[in-house]
Amino acid sequence: MLTEQERERIRAEAAHYDYPQAACVEALKIVQEGHRWVSDEHLKEVAGLLDMSPAALDSVATFYNLIFRKPVGENVILLCDSVSCWILGYEDICAHLKTRLGVELGETTADGKFTLLPMACLGTCDRGPAMMVGSDLHRNLDNEKVDEILGRYRQTPEA
Amino acid sequence: MANGSSMDKPLTGDLRSDGAVLDLAAYEKVGGYEALRRVLKEMTPADVLKEITDSRLRGRGGAGFPTGQKWSFVPMGENAPTPKYLVANADEMEPGTFKDRMLLEGNPHLLIEGMILAAYTIQATDGYIFLRWAYKLAAERIVRALAEARDKGYLGKNILGSDYSFELDLHTSAGRYMCGEETGLLNALEGKRANPRAKPPFPQVSGLWGKPTIVQNVETLCNIAPILRNGAQWYLGLSRSEDGGTKLYGVSGKVKRPGAWELPLGTTIREILERRARGMRDGHRFRGVLPGGASTDFLVEEHLDTKMDYGSVQAAGSRLGTGLMVVLDDKTSVVGMVLNLERFFAQESCGWCTPCRDGLPWTARILQGLLEGRGRPGDLERLEMQTRMMGPGNTFCALAPGAMEPLQSALKYFREDFEKLIPKNDAA
Repeated sequence: MLTEQERERIRAEAAHYDYPQAACVEALKIVQEGHRWVSDEHLKEVAGLLDMSPAALDSVATFYNLIFRKPVGENVILLCDSVSCWILGYEDICAHLKTRLGVELGETTADGKFTLLPMACLGTCDRGPAMMVGSDLHRNLDNEKVDEILGRYRQTPEA
Repeated sequence: MANGSSMDKPLTGDLRSDGAVLDLAAYEKVGGYEALRRVLKEMTPADVLKEITDSRLRGRGGAGFPTGQKWSFVPMGENAPTPKYLVANADEMEPGTFKDRMLLEGNPHLLIEGMILAAYTIQATDGYIFLRWAYKLAAERIVRALAEARDKGYLGKNILGSDYSFELDLHTSAGRYMCGEETGLLNALEGKRANPRAKPPFPQVSGLWGKPTIVQNVETLCNIAPILRNGAQWYLGLSRSEDGGTKLYGVSGKVKRPGAWELPLGTTIREILERRARGMRDGHRFRGVLPGGASTDFLVEEHLDTKMDYGSVQAAGSRLGTGLMVVLDDKTSVVGMVLNLERFFAQESCGWCTPCRDGLPWTARILQGLLEGRGRPGDLERLEMQTRMMGPGNTFCALAPGAMEPLQSALKYFREDFEKLIPKNDAA
């Protein structure tokens, strides 16, 4: 179940538009803020709030790279795999991350701390390789810097 | 008064070197919102349209359509449909492109003033900034700038006491390249999958919720206030080409100093690569360049003196695109780079039309086969067939034809790199 506060925020977003459906991506992001991902139950609830069928909402949810329809970890790592970062060493960084985390792309670590995902161009090509961890952008990556960054997120207690 | 640097560099001259944002007071200090004050007092929408048309501003998002002409298609007058919409395309996702981020993070009011002026010209009442999810800092700064502009009476009802009203909001997306396509973006804003729409009708006539809509790239819109402040003749004088203005150019890849710079439209590739990006890193040799993002044809050494303007790059066999270059060096695998590009396009295809949905993964599989030692005679011909099957006119939107540009030009300029991955068929 969504919290009453979440439902209220979604209704408020929908009120910005003549057509409530226009708020659906924003609504799904509100769900993810509280629950990290969008379960079938949450999807149905949101669809009801926006006067959409669950199927129509799911067609939108599954369209976007950053709406998660499966559980993700506490920190989602989005590693840029587009052309400039690829030229600048994406493959090495990716291999290093997989080793350090003990996961493949698309997987979550056993402790639930990290999910590792490839991501299309992050728009910071002059400072690649780049990745985002949650909302934070990290650039000019090398293996050492990756270790240091992972260490920082490992220490952060869950909010 | 605008200061000296912003007269040469209207887009970036006022950006702060420490990366801090220009807030409303700082923006006003360098002449911000002067153009809006003057336009609302002295100019009709038709006057503004003429100034923009005379400036020869063309779209900076990739397609290069003349801005004044685009706006002229919007129905005007008392019988025009309402509401009308203006949308800033800030979904910068073309691989190799990082220019709009600079403007959005550094000077959001330049975009907002440009949008109010553009909206006034087409008499739009509502606007959206369609921002990609990843630009978190830009989102924060835009939200603050919108609030500042509302408080000061630049946005909302009866702007600066005039009878013109315009509401502007931020929409943040959730990551998908297709949202950058004009009609895909409109579907996304309506809360649908970002599939492209059939044209005609064009968005200028029937766009967001079926109403007249202009969708314009961030960099394009950031030019509007400077043009109206300083005039079309000044704008034309900034350029080294037949079209007006400056352009944000950039370089990524194995160069000494990657980055982005605002330079006269028509600066040569050589000047950007050698003077701005300081040439190749030691031990690396230049082999080619995608001049304007992932969906533009490779250019090579013989093209280095090409001017980076719409006509010249086209004459050289590519497109200006976004104007941000990706450099291919001699230590990077050409086939690997093309595979990376085609995988991106295959993944980001919306799947709406068959050539793109099936052709792009097929293309990527052939390229992957070549790299994994599974190349077969006929593979290059099969790749060439793809470039024709997914060429212009065979797909619903420009995604697949764009995807074919680096492939077709790589097959032309770097054919030996592909050929050596195909085993000689001696037994046959």
